[in-house]
Amino acid sequence: MKQLMLGNEAIARGVYEAGAKVASAYPGTPSTEITEYIAEYDEIYSEWAPNEKVALEVAIGASVGGARATCAMKHVGLNVAADPLFTAAYTGVNGGLVIFVADDPGMHSSQNEQDTRLIARAAKVPVLEPSDSQECKDFTRKAFEISEQFDTPIIVRLTTRVAHSQGLVELGEREDIPLKPYAKDPGKYVMMPAMARKRHVVVEERLEKLTEYSNETPLNHIEWGDRKIGVITSGIAYQYAKEAFGNASFLKLGMVYPLPEKLIREFAAGVETIYVIEELEPFIEDHCLKMGIPVKGKALLPLIGEYNANLIRERILGQKAEKLNNIEEEVPVRPPVMCPGCPHRGLFYVLKKLKLTVTGDIGCYTLGTLAPLESMDTCVCMGASVGMAHGMEKAMGRDAARKTVAVIGDSTFIHSGITGLIGIVYNKGTSTVVILDNSITGMTGHQHNPTTGFTIKGEPTRQVDLVKLCQAVGVDRVRVCDPFDLETLEKVIKEEVAADEPSVVIAQRPCALLKHVKFNGALRIDREKCTRCKMCMRLGCPAIVDRGTHVEVNPALCVGCDLCTKVCRFNAFERVGGDHA
Amino acid sequence: MRSTSIMIVGVGGQGTLLTSRILGTVGISTGTDVKVSEVHGMSQRGGSVVTYVKMGDKVHSPIIEKGEADILLCFEELEALRWIDYAKKDASIIINTQRIDPMPVITGKAKYPENIVEKIKADYPNVVTVPALELAEACGSIKAVNVVMIGVLAKRTDIAEETWLDAIRKTVKPQFVDLNIEAFKKGYSL
Ligand SMILES: Cc1ncc(C[n+]2csc(CCOP(=O)(O)OP(=O)(O)O)c2C)c(N)n1
Repeated sequence: MKQLMLGNEAIARGVYEAGAKVASAYPGTPSTEITEYIAEYDEIYSEWAPNEKVALEVAIGASVGGARATCAMKHVGLNVAADPLFTAAYTGVNGGLVIFVADDPGMHSSQNEQDTRLIARAAKVPVLEPSDSQECKDFTRKAFEISEQFDTPIIVRLTTRVAHSQGLVELGEREDIPLKPYAKDPGKYVMMPAMARKRHVVVEERLEKLTEYSNETPLNHIEWGDRKIGVITSGIAYQYAKEAFGNASFLKLGMVYPLPEKLIREFAAGVETIYVIEELEPFIEDHCLKMGIPVKGKALLPLIGEYNANLIRERILGQKAEKLNNIEEEVPVRPPVMCPGCPHRGLFYVLKKLKLTVTGDIGCYTLGTLAPLESMDTCVCMGASVGMAHGMEKAMGRDAARKTVAVIGDSTFIHSGITGLIGIVYNKGTSTVVILDNSITGMTGHQHNPTTGFTIKGEPTRQVDLVKLCQAVGVDRVRVCDPFDLETLEKVIKEEVAADEPSVVIAQRPCALLKHVKFNGALRIDREKCTRCKMCMRLGCPAIVDRGTHVEVNPALCVGCDLCTKVCRFNAFERVGGDHA
Repeated sequence: MRSTSIMIVGVGGQGTLLTSRILGTVGISTGTDVKVSEVHGMSQRGGSVVTYVKMGDKVHSPIIEKGEADILLCFEELEALRWIDYAKKDASIIINTQRIDPMPVITGKAKYPENIVEKIKADYPNVVTVPALELAEACGSIKAVNVVMIGVLAKRTDIAEETWLDAIRKTVKPQFVDLNIEAFKKGYSL
């Protein structure tokens, strides 16, 4: 019987069926569920690593140790893991090593729209690309085989629509793959110049063999139809193209690097006009053009964002979908917001009040950029807040540091903020770093991390003590504060930015969505007392709304965190059902 | 079975993910191909969220495009308006008469459009409004809004009631089955 599975869940199933033994990952939308589902299989050791570089290194170690090993990340995670990736391509593997990388065309939850295929090509590592959940599972199993057959790490590239769509999947049994023996082999695993020079030759030869394989594997195949139009495509774009072109001829690519040159030529010879349909970069298209095959792609279709069947019909077939209504109303946008009860709200309220320059980072707290809190000035990549605050101080001088703070979440601080902090101390900076410690990795949907005290399986483990950690790298001024204690927080921040030495403020309060967090129940506004001064509206709480004639609390959203009662000077908030807030 | 495209639109946190899981389970039991596409991550934090459920002999693209939805299940009025172009002319459009102001409205930078339901009714013949929040409250939990909505939707498909009840039993936690079945029936009887 078939099961309905998310692409990410089907990947996990494939990892299980392939007999893999070790999985290490750092969360990142849209890849996170891969590892969460893997963690449900007790046959596979799984863990959250502090960041993607460590995760990949753990997987490489497991592979060298003889196990089938894997690691999953979002596209930008591969930048962090690029260093081990590029050289693991030289060492090759022992047990199969499969890396899942999820791209996010359209940037549903990302800071850029980079295309993993380009990095894979630069690293000289093969890439498979599934187009639905069944292929997610099948290609995963195939990837382990290819990895072992060609002695190479391999990437399975996903995009959001494949990772986060559910489709029917036929399940199989778990293969029993014994641990391969480990043999010391410095020529293969120690990449010093003398050894690496030899291994580079191996890598280039391997790519030629992989190109041959690419021509023959059923992962790449032709579906002959009407020969007037030939479509070369892969991944989710294949599904859109199938809907748009119906019975045209297709060259469906499941292995997108290295590309099957012979097969492409055979296909090209059999059709009149060739279109390449691929989201993001013209990866397949450029290769075809280099081979001298006249294909059309990005001249007609965008480099930016997601595709769909209507877009393809319109741009290539000239068929525009007609509008079925006369509604011309402007619809206000609905950006994501900090949840009611979010601990981050208190911090940003204070930072805005103090008019500080805020170098920011990535997590739920990045929402502190949006109105009305509007306090974040920068957000580049995970960990950047810390280094950037230091850079601003060195460029603009100490006075600027007195008006600047870096803000960074607990998970992000461990991921790559701690190194920046060491840099500040070592290089005699005076920056203030605020760690938003909400006891969880929030943005990606509640994963444990080294500061929470629990493993991926929810087992208790040694917890990183953030205070001691910061002290140990040489920060003498470390203070812990509740971000809902607005008065104290304001005082602490003022003192720390003024200090002529580095400092850390740990704003500690658990995420409002954590199960153990209990509030007191919804509030409402006493209209007699409310003067409509709208101080409470500055908190940017989605539960407090201005109805024009009056301000009111939306009872379906309010959790009763009571932060608003702390900014209201007229005592206008009261708890629904009685007692005073 | 003829192919059916259902779009669920709402605000992150309203429980649209559970809705799609129940619909997916129903989809499997109809014995056809099914795909469900949803977006996790950032937009689940109070942003505009959309889920696509497609059933049919063979489903390629997991997403529904403009003018293709047979059913538009709207958890919130503004979201109904945002996604209305995706409905077929004769689609069943089910609207929960709940209003959640987006931040630009809260901060006064934008206005919440007036008379949304009337405007949609002017162009589409099959529009139903549902006071799902009140109905859910009557069952004992405002969290059951999503299952009330599924009840209303179920009535407008040719899939048997028992198939839906089965899917609910399979999908929700055991301690919430009774509550959710009651919520479903409230919607189904509308
Ligand atoms: C290199 C990289 N890996 C992963 C992500 C995905 N990601 C964005 S924010 C975040 C974690 C946020 O957790 P935390 O810092 O604890 O802040 P919170 O969301 O809990 O406020 C992750 C994993 C990313 N953007 N970049």
